Order: sequence, then structure tokens, then C-alpha cells
Amino acid sequence: MSPIVLKLVSQRIALGLMLLLAASALIFAGTQILPGDVAQSILGQSATPEALENLRRDLGLNEPALTRYFNWLSDALRGDLGTALTNGKDIADSMSGRLQNTLFLAASAAAVSVPLAIFLGLLAVQFRNRWPDKLISAVTLATISVPEFILGYVIMYVVAVKLRWLPSVSILRPGMDFGDKLEAIAMPVIVLTFVVLAHMMRMTRAAILNVMESAYIETAELKGLSAFQTIFRHAMPNAISPIVNVVMLNMAYLVVGVVVVEVVFVYPGMGQYLVDHVAKRDVPVVQASGLVFASVYIVLNTLADIIAILANPRLRHPK
Amino acid sequence: MSRTTNKPTGLSRRGFMGRASALGLMAGMTSIAPLFAAEPVKGGHFVLGLKGGESTNSLDPALSLSQVIFSVLRGWGETLLNVAPDGGLHYRLAESVEASNGGQSWHFTIRQGVKFHNGETLTAQDVLKTMERHSNDDSKSGALGIMRGIESMSVDGDVFTVNLTTASSDLPYLLADYHLVIQPNGGIDDPTAGIGTGPYRITENEPGVRHAFEKFADYWDDSRGHYDSYEILVINDDTARAAALQSGQVHAINMVSPKTANLFGRAPGISIEPTSGRGHYVFVMHTDTAPFDNKDLRLALKYAINREEMVEKVLNGYGAVGNDTPINDAYPLFDETIPQRAFDLDKAREHYAASGHDGSPIILRVSEAAFAGALDAAALFQQSARAAGIPLEIKREPADGYWSEVWNKQPFAASYWGGRAVQDQMYTTAYLSTADWNDTRFKNAEFDAMLLQARAELDVGKRKDIYGQMGRMLNEEGGLINPMFNQFIDGLQSKVTGWEANPNGEQMDGFTAIKTWFE
Repeated sequence: MSPIVLKLVSQRIALGLMLLLAASALIFAGTQILPGDVAQSILGQSATPEALENLRRDLGLNEPALTRYFNWLSDALRGDLGTALTNGKDIADSMSGRLQNTLFLAASAAAVSVPLAIFLGLLAVQFRNRWPDKLISAVTLATISVPEFILGYVIMYVVAVKLRWLPSVSILRPGMDFGDKLEAIAMPVIVLTFVVLAHMMRMTRAAILNVMESAYIETAELKGLSAFQTIFRHAMPNAISPIVNVVMLNMAYLVVGVVVVEVVFVYPGMGQYLVDHVAKRDVPVVQASGLVFASVYIVLNTLADIIAILANPRLRHPK
Repeated sequence: MSRTTNKPTGLSRRGFMGRASALGLMAGMTSIAPLFAAEPVKGGHFVLGLKGGESTNSLDPALSLSQVIFSVLRGWGETLLNVAPDGGLHYRLAESVEASNGGQSWHFTIRQGVKFHNGETLTAQDVLKTMERHSNDDSKSGALGIMRGIESMSVDGDVFTVNLTTASSDLPYLLADYHLVIQPNGGIDDPTAGIGTGPYRITENEPGVRHAFEKFADYWDDSRGHYDSYEILVINDDTARAAALQSGQVHAINMVSPKTANLFGRAPGISIEPTSGRGHYVFVMHTDTAPFDNKDLRLALKYAINREEMVEKVLNGYGAVGNDTPINDAYPLFDETIPQRAFDLDKAREHYAASGHDGSPIILRVSEAAFAGALDAAALFQQSARAAGIPLEIKREPADGYWSEVWNKQPFAASYWGGRAVQDQMYTTAYLSTADWNDTRFKNAEFDAMLLQARAELDVGKRKDIYGQMGRMLNEEGGLINPMFNQFIDGLQSKVTGWEANPNGEQMDGFTAIKTWFE
């Protein structure tokens, strides 16, 4: 790697770390603005003033907010995410399981949707403005426009309730082998694929069409390459940068934004985990999850930048 | 002073279970006839899909609140007694109960030979420690409120004794509270260990996702715990839960939406089980805050609500009309002679005029968090109130934070009460002048005096009389507008046998996995 690339990458990483710090402060401030606290949420309607006070004291909620934030920060910097206020479970422990599930679902959905989207994009370019192009656009735009829970319910009703091909709940149990797990998440993967397909497909189509105007594409055509080869070998590498950006954005969505799909298919991912703890004002968990989500975004965006740099000769070899 | 003892006979399925003849309350009724003709079949793996679980759930019984964790507690732990479906008491870890000193002292004989999941044997000392953990000065227990009247507790051999500050005929009911699961050494060492004496051992605990159980081999009571293993899947989404039952992935679900229950019940192989309970969907007014400090205004609002319409439209018929008291016929000693308040716009107009209200908007705060259909109910209420000339206005509040910021803070809001085991407990929780959750700010010295009088009254007839007077008083003067009692609506696969409606709580009061079996 050339020094210039190294410099660009290290700048990105430093910026990312600063963003993480800022995100943690923002999240903490946000949780302080929310009405009520964790003690009230835990005890709910059965809270007596004494029980509330005892719980608050035990959980350290009587400390000033700033003290709590810096205590948390210094622990987090030492790699200790602490324990959840609500159920006393180790956050790193319970979150790692959830995170694995989320990454598994996201990776499976990406493994299906990214190649499919790019392939459909290329296909659309080749048949541009003819019926295959219009069909692909119409179908993918339709699936992205339907709210994902409706899509989920429809697929669940047909596939799980009527046909009984797949389980309607995607709960993972210990001892499931890889095949069982894939079967369990098949329906959410289908829904997520529908949700992210259009965006990536259309960006692929637009970016490549843009490149297709260039003179070197004409040259490739003149030297007798087939249309698909021209697109794949000559147009694609030059169009990669915007495509990678969109792919990364969608992958980040698959990790952090799928809470609705998680709820519909009862999938034990990070989204539901975060929402539950926000509802209960469990600040340490919200902080930890927020950091993970922010990291995912930052890492994927940095990755997109690096790929764009590497793919682009002008950035690789600056004058 | 009276005493009942129920020794296991080994033959009768319900041999252990008896009724409290506490203070002669239910003397003579010492056993319950078997409810099912068929002998339970052992074995199988049962799956329950429940709403009301979060990733934040703790196994600490003191901090248990939502539906899932309530059912989880029923699996691994046991209380001294259970409230029976008919309002009597079932003896569990307490083998017998005896009152002395006019109901001020209570003696619980602890069952012998009961094993905890860690192999230790249950002692009265464990009971004492448990009760202490829920009631001492450091307690953060949800049960702290009901433990208030306890002056001291002690153990003598296998007898656990509670001394109260004032006599109460209902103490056994209070100690049947689901939080008060007996843990080894009171759970002081590790409250979240999940070790109890229940029929099932908890094998996996993933809060908000699933809880798995296997049969505890040394469980003392053969009449419970028929499945080899069971698990609870947390399915909070209504549609997903229904689909899971229809597609055969779970054997039972809770909280079927009243809107779909009728359609759903027609599906083959599935039954819908509505159970009348003590829960009520209400609107609460602070009787010490203007304009609700005016009795005529309160009565105007009470007459302006169309209860039948609400039961029909909000509950889809799965419920019954309320009568502006928290008590219905699911409570022992319910006075059925209190006249039902009817929807009467003329009377509403009369009382509204008599109240001399200046015509400024009366703001009702509502959120879907209060109860399912609260916004619809408020809209119906607004329409009928306007027809009587009452300027009712709805202010929609966010669901998040509703219980901490709106309920029990704002003078007029929608709310939900789950009800309690006995009238005394319900009134003590929310209608006594000094109650923490007096969400109507109902402060009436006469009412308070009657409550204490009833609590210590040994004569059932007299107690019922007093409760009747209290009900009438609340109905007339209270800040509670109670349009409807909701039903628990559970869904079952038809191969699940042994279902028994239990007004104490949904899912057979949390015992579905413990008391049913596969046919």
C-alpha cells in the first residue's frame, strides 16, 4: 500500500474514533432527556417510593449524570462494558450473542442480495429501456415501497401458515446446525433482500449507464467484445465506487436497521435488544449498543472509501 | 382460631390442595373435587408463545413485572400458596395455615421434604429469608407494597410466623403474590439464580428471546408438571404470535387481540379461551384537583360514558361492563346488589349543569400504553360526553414513559388495573388515603375506617356488607370511571388438555405449562 493510501486510511480511522466518542456523548445525553428512569421502568405500576429509592441507590442512579457518564467512559475505554442495570447480566456477554445473530442475518441477506442486485443491474443495462429492464425496475421498486412488516406478514402467511414450508418464528436455539439456522432465517432473508434490492440494483444500473457513454466503451465494442463482456470487464470496474458506497450503506442498514423484521420474525438480534433497553432506560446497554451500531456504520463507510480508493487509479497514483 | 391440614394421600390428584378456612372464613370446604376426569398424560415438549417479554427481564422475582417473566417464575419457583380459580386457596409450600390473636398473627407450617433445584431441602428459614428480602428496609421488591402491614416475622421449627400491625383475614392471599417465590436462603446470595422448588428447572435464560425448562426430577407434587420439558418463546408481535400458533410452532399463546379473536377461533385445531378476570380498563380522575374535585362533574362524566358500546367496540365483546368500582364478581364477597350505572345523557347534563363548570375543555390524557384500544375508547367517550354538552378533549400522550409521566401524575388519564386477589388488597393498593398508587386521590376517612374494619372482621356476612358499602361509596363519589372489565384471551392448540379458566391471571394464572398436558 502506498503511503498516500496509508495516510488516507489512518485519517479515516482517527476520524471514526472521534465520531464514536461524540456518538457516546450524544446517546448519553439523549437517554437523560427521556422521561423516567430505569428504576421506575423496572418496577412499573408496582413501584413504592421506598422500593424505587432502594433500587436507585443500588443502581447508582443518584450520582450526577456527568459522573455516571465519565465512570462509564473510563470503564468502556478499559474494555469493560459493565452489566445491565435491569437484569444484572454482563453486557458484553449478552450482546455478543445478539451481535452474532445480527451479523449472521445481515451476512446471509447480503450474500443473497448483493450479487443478485448487481446481476440484475447489469441485466437491466444490457436490456435498457426494453421489457426486462422495465420489469426488474417495476418489481424491485414495488418491493422497496411496501413496508417491510407487511411484506413479512404476507410471506409469513403464505409460506409458514398456509404452505408450512418454513417456520414462522426465526428463533435460534443452541445446538442448531448451520442448515437449521439457514432454514430458520430464510424468511427474514427473503424480506430483507426485497427491501435492499432496488437501491443497489438501480445504483448499479445508473453508474454503469453513466460509464457506457465513455469513448473506451465504444472502443471495446468496436474490437468485437460481447455486450455483457463490455459491461462486466470495462464498465463495471470504473463504476465500482458509487456501487460499493450503496452496497455498504445497505449492509449497514442490514446490521442496524432491521428491528421491524426482527420483531415480525421474532429474531433475537441487536435491534430488539436495543429497543428493549431504551424502553427501560438501561443506559449502559444503550451506550454499548449505540457504540456497536456507530462502529458498524463507520467501519463499513471507511471500507467503502478504501475500496473506492483502491479501485480508482487516479486516487491510487496521485500526481 | 382454626386450622386445616392437608396431607398428601398419594391417590387423589388434588389431595394436597385445600382451601383456607382462615378464621373460619371458608370452614368445612377443605378440598376441591377433581376438575378433570381424564388422568394427565406425562411427557412431551410444550412450547408457549407469549407477549410481554423484554431483553431487560431479570430472573430476580422481586423485579418481575411483565407477562413472560410471570410465567417463567411459575415454572421454576413456588409460593407458599396459590389463589385457586374459584377464589379459595391451594396449599403449596405451606402445608397448612393457622391464625391466632384475632388474625394478627399467622402461622404457616412449611411442607417437609421439598427440594430446591440445587439439591438443598426447603426449610422455614428459607421462607423467612425470602419474605425478609421482599420487605426489609433495603427491599426493591415489587411486592414491598403488600408487605407493609407486617410487624415482625419469625421461625419456630417448621412453622413460619407473621405478626401484623393490624389484624387481617386476607394475609394468606397476600403471601400468594407471584413475586414471593421461595428461594434458598431467600435468594440473598444470588437473587437471579433461578433456583427454586418449582416443577421445572430453568435450563436456558435468554431474556426477551426464550426461556427453556426441563422437568425437575425431585419435584414433590405429581399432580403438576406433566411435560418433560417446555419453553417460552417471547413473541411480542400480535400477528407473529397468531401465525406461530396457526403454523403449529407453539402450542399456546397469550393476549390474542380481541379484534381478531373471532376469526382466529374458527381455524381448525385451534381454540380461543376467553377468561373473565379482575382487570379493568379505566379513566381516572384526581378527586383533589379542579375541576374533578367537584362531585357533580365526576358524576356527569360517569353518566356520559356508554359502557355497553365500549365492551362491544373496544373489547369486541370480550369483557363486561364496569360500575365505577374496581371490584367485580371475580372477587370473593362481591356485592351484586350495587345498582349498575347506566348510560344516561339527561343525568349527565343535569350533573354537568349542577357542577357549574365554566365550559373550559376537560382534558383526558390517553395513550395506547394505557390499554389496547385506549384511543378508541377515549374517542367514544368524547363523542358521548359532547352529546351531553361536556367539552371533553383528548390529549394523546406517547406510550413511552406513560406510566412514569402521565399516569398518577396528570389529573385525568386512561389507565389499566390488573386487579388483586381480594377486595382488601385492591382497595389497600389504590383507594386507601395513604396508598402509593391512589391514582384517583380518593381520600375519605370513612372509607379508610371501613376498610380496616372489614380487614379485621371475622364474620363473612358482615365483611361482605362493609365491602358493599365501600363499593357504593366509590361508585358514587370516587374518581374512577370504570367502563369495562377486560377478559384474558388465550389461544390453544386443541391437543393441549387440562385447560382451566383462572380469573387470577392470563394463561391459567401463569400455570399453562405446569397444569396442562398433551392428549
